[in-house]
Amino acid sequence: MANEGRYCKSQERRRVPHRLHCARNFPALAMSPLSVSDLAVSRGDRTVFSGLSFRVEPGEILHVQGRNGAGKTTLLETLGGLRVQIAGTIAGGPGASERHWLGHRSALNAALTPLENLRFWCALNGAGDSELLPALDQLGVKAQRNRLCGTLSTGQRRRVALSRLLAVKRPWWFLDEPLAGIDAAGLQLITQLLAAHAGEGGTAVVTSHQALPDSLPRLRALALDA
Amino acid sequence: MNAMLDAAWAVFVRELRLALRRPAEATQPLVFYCVLALLFPLGLAAQDVGLRAFAPAIVWVSALLAALLGIERLFRADVDDGTLEQWLLADVPFPMLVGAKLAAQWLLIAAPLIVAAPLIALALNLQPQAIGVLLLGLLFGTPVLVFSGGFAAALTVGAPRAGLLIPILVLPMMCPALIFGAGAVRAAQVGLSVEGPLYFLAAMMVLSLTLLPWAAAGALRNALE
Repeated sequence: MANEGRYCKSQERRRVPHRLHCARNFPALAMSPLSVSDLAVSRGDRTVFSGLSFRVEPGEILHVQGRNGAGKTTLLETLGGLRVQIAGTIAGGPGASERHWLGHRSALNAALTPLENLRFWCALNGAGDSELLPALDQLGVKAQRNRLCGTLSTGQRRRVALSRLLAVKRPWWFLDEPLAGIDAAGLQLITQLLAAHAGEGGTAVVTSHQALPDSLPRLRALALDA
Repeated sequence: MNAMLDAAWAVFVRELRLALRRPAEATQPLVFYCVLALLFPLGLAAQDVGLRAFAPAIVWVSALLAALLGIERLFRADVDDGTLEQWLLADVPFPMLVGAKLAAQWLLIAAPLIVAAPLIALALNLQPQAIGVLLLGLLFGTPVLVFSGGFAAALTVGAPRAGLLIPILVLPMMCPALIFGAGAVRAAQVGLSVEGPLYFLAAMMVLSLTLLPWAAAGALRNALE
């Protein structure tokens, strides 16, 4: 408990300049809404969903809900640009350098350390890695930065993966099950990250089986199996 | 352009670093190649003059098999842990990244084979004047082996047991390299012109380097969908 309190305080200190810095960083261009109309996506021969229409406004957090197999991940992959729809249109989506995509797999090689994995990711995206250590610190995995990812727990790996969101600032977040394997303190932390992101005018599309706290600003649910 | 080269360089360095983390796996092709090539003389009678005639084929077949060893695992880890998704979504052409990975694999798999080739050639009683041609042929031919192996690995990344499928897929691409690579050494052995087969190998190398990263990237994109 005491540990947690200390953690929040140190985070509070960093939040303020961070937010000021970032509000200027999201250009107006990236802030156009994402509108999806009559979308149908298939995996192999099976049509996962069809006739799906919705709109995501800038600053909104869209919580995609649905039973297993309803197509949450498939929808997120389509929005993120990994999958091509068989019908319908997606308009106003972000470009490659305006979005964060975090799949249910954390994209961390087990034989590399968190720092090596993330530095590689930064270089891949042409981003500086100066914010990596503060980001790892904020997610509570700075102490593990030089351990091999294979020796980290599922939750720790998830936290390392999530630190990309802070290391490189981007207005659109597509997060697939970000809470998988995350403990109670981590849930609170991710809620704070999402709230701060929305506060800065950023947008997030999140799939999760867990309920997201109602305290989140502009949280909206999209039920896929309706 | 710069961002593209930086990203490709990052992929290249990451491959080398991963190989350093697993030295036993990284040295496997070299050990396999040496053992395979050096077993042939043991199967022949002592002082058999036939060994010299077979030496070019032995070195080349050993290199081909060594390059195929473990190649089916090339993209498996990156697909399984989600790394390739990040590659696909990065603002860099995907084939560039795949090409960088294959180039790093060439350095890891094939460069040691070329370095060890003169010693093996001497052990197989190859004439010293043919060794230069052997090395030049391997320099042109091994990129063909590694890149076509990588393409087959990309094609079969979704298949659970690809180990048997890969040789069947790559042999049509590798056989010309074997024929002309060993052919050039045989020509050098009897004092014939070696330019023809070497030019052919060089042309195959250029084709492999320019086309196969795109083909492999397409196959991987397909596997991820």
